[in-house]
Amino acid sequence: MMELLILGLCSFLLLVITIFKRRQKKQSYKRVIPAFDNLKRAIGLSVEDGTRLHVSIGRADLLDSKMMSAMAGLGILRSLVERTSVSDKPPIVTAGDSALAMLAQDTLQAGYEDAGAEDLYRASTGRLSGMGQFGYAAGVMPIIRDENVSASLLIGHSGVETALLIDAAERENAFNVFASDDLAAQAISYAAAQEPVLGEDVFAAGAYLGAGASHEASITVQDILRWLLIAGLITGAALKFVGVI
Amino acid sequence: MRALAVLIAVSVGLVTLAGYFLPVQVPFLNLILSWALIMAGTATFIGVFNLISMHGLKITRREKGSGYSVFLILAVFSTFALGLSSSPTGVPLTFLFNAIILPTQTSLMAVLAITLLYSAIRLLRYRPTMMSIVFLISVIVILLGYVTLPFGDVPIISTWIRPWVMQVLAVGGARGLLLGIALGTLVTGLRVLFAVDRPYGGGNK
Repeated sequence: MMELLILGLCSFLLLVITIFKRRQKKQSYKRVIPAFDNLKRAIGLSVEDGTRLHVSIGRADLLDSKMMSAMAGLGILRSLVERTSVSDKPPIVTAGDSALAMLAQDTLQAGYEDAGAEDLYRASTGRLSGMGQFGYAAGVMPIIRDENVSASLLIGHSGVETALLIDAAERENAFNVFASDDLAAQAISYAAAQEPVLGEDVFAAGAYLGAGASHEASITVQDILRWLLIAGLITGAALKFVGVI
Repeated sequence: MRALAVLIAVSVGLVTLAGYFLPVQVPFLNLILSWALIMAGTATFIGVFNLISMHGLKITRREKGSGYSVFLILAVFSTFALGLSSSPTGVPLTFLFNAIILPTQTSLMAVLAITLLYSAIRLLRYRPTMMSIVFLISVIVILLGYVTLPFGDVPIISTWIRPWVMQVLAVGGARGLLLGIALGTLVTGLRVLFAVDRPYGGGNK
């Protein structure tokens, strides 16, 4: 019953705040996340240079909760495609799971349709790089090396193999942003990536990259839930301290 | 067509969710999960075709590294043929796994260790901040706490500092990050469930 209540509250907040954000004229305040500001600049440069943007949405399983970070990646992919649709070199999307690769192709096609450039869509730009942890990394590394990539972005689930992907991007002097929901990968990207994205910021990418009001509403709901959680934890600790529970 | 895709996705999502709360929905939940498994299997099969077609394209265009693509396609078909001729636990496939996949993955793991060491050295060049120094000191302390030396464990570090850092600081930080990720997962899931985000069914036009 409690779970249903929490789910109901979250759904209600998300729907109400999304409607509110859609009607709101001006942009709401967001704290600065340098990775996303620099990514916007790198995307602009890649379009001007005629180089390629590489987006990886990780290797999460379709039936796993880790899939949601890939969904966050797919959420921003459409807006990235719309931004880069005028580029000579279309963005390449890689995934380490077949279902994800198919969703990536569908999202790419939808992005080109929305940008009014259906003819520019190529199915070959949405690729399954390889399966399994190292198969995925081994497939992505040559793409970063051979496809004239100037910016590489990962939003999704990947583990320790993230180090190999970062290294491949560094060797090509490509700007790199790595946002994984895995703690080991976050530690690695903090040490190795030019722009690491830590914690729940993985899910905030859409709001910062202009993916729509629902993404902005999503981070507001996350903030509300976080404060409720903090209040709950402090109350619980205090009650435990005084011996009530 | 797009409306139909949304309708199917949302209703299947809601029925699956209801299965976790209403016992009467459990048979539907199991049925949908078994469908999902079949579809995931089919997607894997299609994914292999995607992989083969991409590498085939690379070979026909004589792109850089197309020699590796020839090797990959030969490996896919020969593994497939071996898989058809024996069971997944049979001698040929076990041999392939033990003689090729396992050593390759171990080699990549070794490359990973070197890459991480190099990254740690490079960290201060990218971010010469106090947090980077704390990060590196933590890494060194944890490594010293784990490393096996000829004279035995490093006193104090392996008996007191490492366990404290790992069980108090690291666990506390990790829980904080995981709670944030869980909230993000929940809200993203709801966005997909209510079709606010639709990574399927084409564009908005």
